[in-house]
Amino acid sequence: MASNMNEPGRAAIEMIGVNKWYGAYHALRDVNLTVMAGERIVVCGPSGSGKSTLIRCVNRLEAHESGDIVVEGVTLTDDLRHIHEVRREVGMVFQHFNLFPHLTILENCTLAPIHVLKMEPRDAEAVAMHYLGKVHISDQADKYPGQLSGGQQQRAAIARALCMNPKIMLFDEPTSALDPEMVKEVLETMVQLAREGMTMVCVTHEMGFARQVADRVIFMDAGAIVEINRPEDFFSAPRHPRARQFLGEIL
Amino acid sequence: MAGSTRGGPGANALYVLQGNIPPRAPPLRRRRLIDLLAGNLFDGWRASLLTIATLLLIALVAPPLLRFLVFDAVWSAPDGAACRAPGAGACWAFIWRKLPYFTYGSYPLDQRWRVDVTLAMGAVLIVWLLWLNAPRRNLAALLFFGAYPIIAFLLLHGAPFIGLPRVASDLWGGIFVSLLVATVGMVVSLPFGVLLALGRRSSLPALSLACAGFIELVRGVPIITVLFMANTMLPLFVPENLAPDRLLRPLIGVALFASAYMAEVVRGGLQAIPNGQFEGALALGLGRWQMQRLVILPQALRAVIPGVVNNFIALFKDTTLVAVVGIFDFLRTVDSARLDPVWAGPTIAATGYAFAAMFYFVFCFAMSRYSLFVERRFSHGR
Repeated sequence: MASNMNEPGRAAIEMIGVNKWYGAYHALRDVNLTVMAGERIVVCGPSGSGKSTLIRCVNRLEAHESGDIVVEGVTLTDDLRHIHEVRREVGMVFQHFNLFPHLTILENCTLAPIHVLKMEPRDAEAVAMHYLGKVHISDQADKYPGQLSGGQQQRAAIARALCMNPKIMLFDEPTSALDPEMVKEVLETMVQLAREGMTMVCVTHEMGFARQVADRVIFMDAGAIVEINRPEDFFSAPRHPRARQFLGEIL
Repeated sequence: MAGSTRGGPGANALYVLQGNIPPRAPPLRRRRLIDLLAGNLFDGWRASLLTIATLLLIALVAPPLLRFLVFDAVWSAPDGAACRAPGAGACWAFIWRKLPYFTYGSYPLDQRWRVDVTLAMGAVLIVWLLWLNAPRRNLAALLFFGAYPIIAFLLLHGAPFIGLPRVASDLWGGIFVSLLVATVGMVVSLPFGVLLALGRRSSLPALSLACAGFIELVRGVPIITVLFMANTMLPLFVPENLAPDRLLRPLIGVALFASAYMAEVVRGGLQAIPNGQFEGALALGLGRWQMQRLVILPQALRAVIPGVVNNFIALFKDTTLVAVVGIFDFLRTVDSARLDPVWAGPTIAATGYAFAAMFYFVFCFAMSRYSLFVERRFSHGR
């Protein structure tokens, strides 16, 4: 990764007083969060606590209803140009991979670079092969997603997101849909990415991963951020009672 | 294998495999004809009874049918006299003699080469387009959807400035008009159907309502009504000198009708695409149209190939209905040729309709087989 995205002290994501409702349900409640460039954030919390909603607001897969979200200096509004600008800078990895089943792995990786960044197909393929090599599936490039294992599919999805050369990567429970023996290979890819200085926001319950790479752990409950802590402190001595209860249940 | 847990530090395990189990070939599955018969046709008394009943039915129907169509058929004759002979079967001589009329309708004799050229060009382009491994298929698409309609119009309708005399559409008829109506219906209905389906799913209420309204209105009336409306009402909407040609009116009617049905088939495919595909595409920064064109529609259309082809087959047969507004399609030419006093006879109508049935069956069956082939081709990696 280029080092310029790692300038210290620059905010990559700023969320100020963000609120969101699903119908009458208050899904995000007064969320305030600043993610610095190069910072690794792990978001955890019980299911339904708003973790996914939080990161999906960052690239506007969900629209927040009040407050401000500024991503790489761009304020997210209904303005489609701003939304596209943000999505170009933000890569996302989903729980269910969301690879395009009708395209080969290579085509999955080159689609957006060719059509969004207007890269020459040959250049896009070179970039794609570079990242597929990084996640160790160059040999699967010409296969279709359905022919790969879950772990390989998730690594392909990570490579696909990286091909857009994003400044920020969002991970929405990337290992939750995987068989246990495949979790490790995906986590290793994410650790490698973290070491290279990528700004990352990961919704995950992988506590080993959180300990290893996270700068801060954010614990959410009922749509609100209830605790922000350093991982070593969060796991050994959580401050908020609901965090203590949650950790007691999953560990 | 109780012995395998004997002794050693692992003695407390309930079972531990010693060595490994090498793979073996599967048992032979016998597929001899006699087994097939015993297993399917004569499997129990009920199956046997059904088999015998079916064989009896075939024995009852097949011989007279074959006698009429093949053995007693009149293959060549100068006029209907031989066909009127008692005991004569199908009068294929009549079909042979009338084939030009069935193909071109009343298109002037000395101009029929124009129809031949149009049909040949269309056939070449369609084969090029449908042959999935053919080189430069995008060029074929460009020619077929872009240049061909214009060339076909100039050839068929005429263009005095390049020396092709005008041939009024009242003279058009036969197989070429049937193919024309069907092709226009198919070529127009797929893109319009896609647009209507996308429109109906749109989050803009006005667009969604307009598309849904159109679809429901057109689907809610019989195609004959649509044809009559196109024939009598279209001219009312435009100035008299701009009134559409009498062949163009049913073409528009058929295209509208087919589009409405196609829209619902395509919408079914769109509904089947999981939300994650939309989110995956949007998160990569694709625009709404790029997402539809590159990610959603390729999957949705592949999923609905059987439905699309079903519509095409139905549409192909529905083209016979344009006869009600006075267009001489293929079936109508068969119907009017059988009244020719030179050929009139007891077997002429049956022969004509048998020929028409075979014609429609060949086209529809070909479409059906082609769609199966395409489905198999696209079924990779699932």
